[in-house]
Amino acid sequence: MKVYIERTKEQKIIEAGDCKELLQKLKINPTTVLIARNGQLITEQTKLNSQDEIKLISVISGG
Amino acid sequence: MVCQKCAQDPVYEIPKANIQYCKTCFSEYFEHKVWKTIREYGLIEKNDHIGVAVSGGKDSMTLLYLLANFAKERRDIKITAIAIDEGIEGYRNRTLDGLKKFCGKEKINLRIFSYQEEFGKPLDIMVKKYPKACSVCGVLRRYLLNTKAKQLGITKLATGHNLDDEAQSVLMNQFRNNPAVSSRLGPITGVVQDAKFVKRIKPLYFLSEKETSTYAFLRGFMDTYIECPYASDSYRAQVRDMLYEFEAKFPGTKKNIIQSFLEVLPVLKSKYKAEMRYCQTCGEPSQNEQCKACQFIQILTEK
Repeated sequence: MKVYIERTKEQKIIEAGDCKELLQKLKINPTTVLIARNGQLITEQTKLNSQDEIKLISVISGG
Repeated sequence: MVCQKCAQDPVYEIPKANIQYCKTCFSEYFEHKVWKTIREYGLIEKNDHIGVAVSGGKDSMTLLYLLANFAKERRDIKITAIAIDEGIEGYRNRTLDGLKKFCGKEKINLRIFSYQEEFGKPLDIMVKKYPKACSVCGVLRRYLLNTKAKQLGITKLATGHNLDDEAQSVLMNQFRNNPAVSSRLGPITGVVQDAKFVKRIKPLYFLSEKETSTYAFLRGFMDTYIECPYASDSYRAQVRDMLYEFEAKFPGTKKNIIQSFLEVLPVLKSKYKAEMRYCQTCGEPSQNEQCKACQFIQILTEK
């Protein structure tokens, strides 16, 4: 699936069964991001498939 | 997994508790926590004129949205949004654009005060003389918020500080052995009542950064991520990152820091209830003969 990491502006192609596994593979702390699939928020336990487009949105304030 | 209340698709999961909420139930949960904080700590009283300190970021936009709605139901409450333009090229001007549009649409009175107009130069120029941007910026922003709030007849200043911000402040004060500074924290700040100090209230006090971000996203306030060019090196950023790591390993850490802090806060307030003193230069409340803002202004305007 396509994953866009907003804070670092990186685009990655990666496979994972659910969001928890995805964040583990990317070494991203789950408390620091919101996960959106096609513009809708999903949780760590949400199952993923290879067609999904995922956006990881940083919750850390920019200022 | 589905929302535990209505079986819709979940958007938020409360760590450790294994509770998931859909967007409607999460919004209700979030708003309930804000109203509960306002009620339990008496943050807003009859006939208050609330100044909402706004930056255009997700926390302050969420706060402004909620308090503006609150004021629609409580006709005795007046709301004014106050923004400070520090003069950070490519950052603050972008966040203020969204704020201006929102206030125009919602018919909220917005007042913007700039370092350029108030101190003669923007932060981008100030940092060439005094490179600790976060220190000077924080002090001058608080100074402006207090002085302008008084001029506008504001009775309380609401800020978008959330659970994460407060847990960071508590730890920073511990690490620096600053209990007197901690005594001024809490959902409603200030140790002594003083006509020259506008009380600060923090309605998002018990909501985490992730919860606030989730709510902001659902309301359309999570714009493209923009980071302040001076933010990354701050002491606070390092404490924040450490706390995030701890929270991931031990869910509930930040909440526990705040709960235990609130237990000892009355003791701290009682111990540091010193008589309010005033800056001999500007007359603003200060712990020293000259307040930090005047000290910075002096350094920054020296030839």
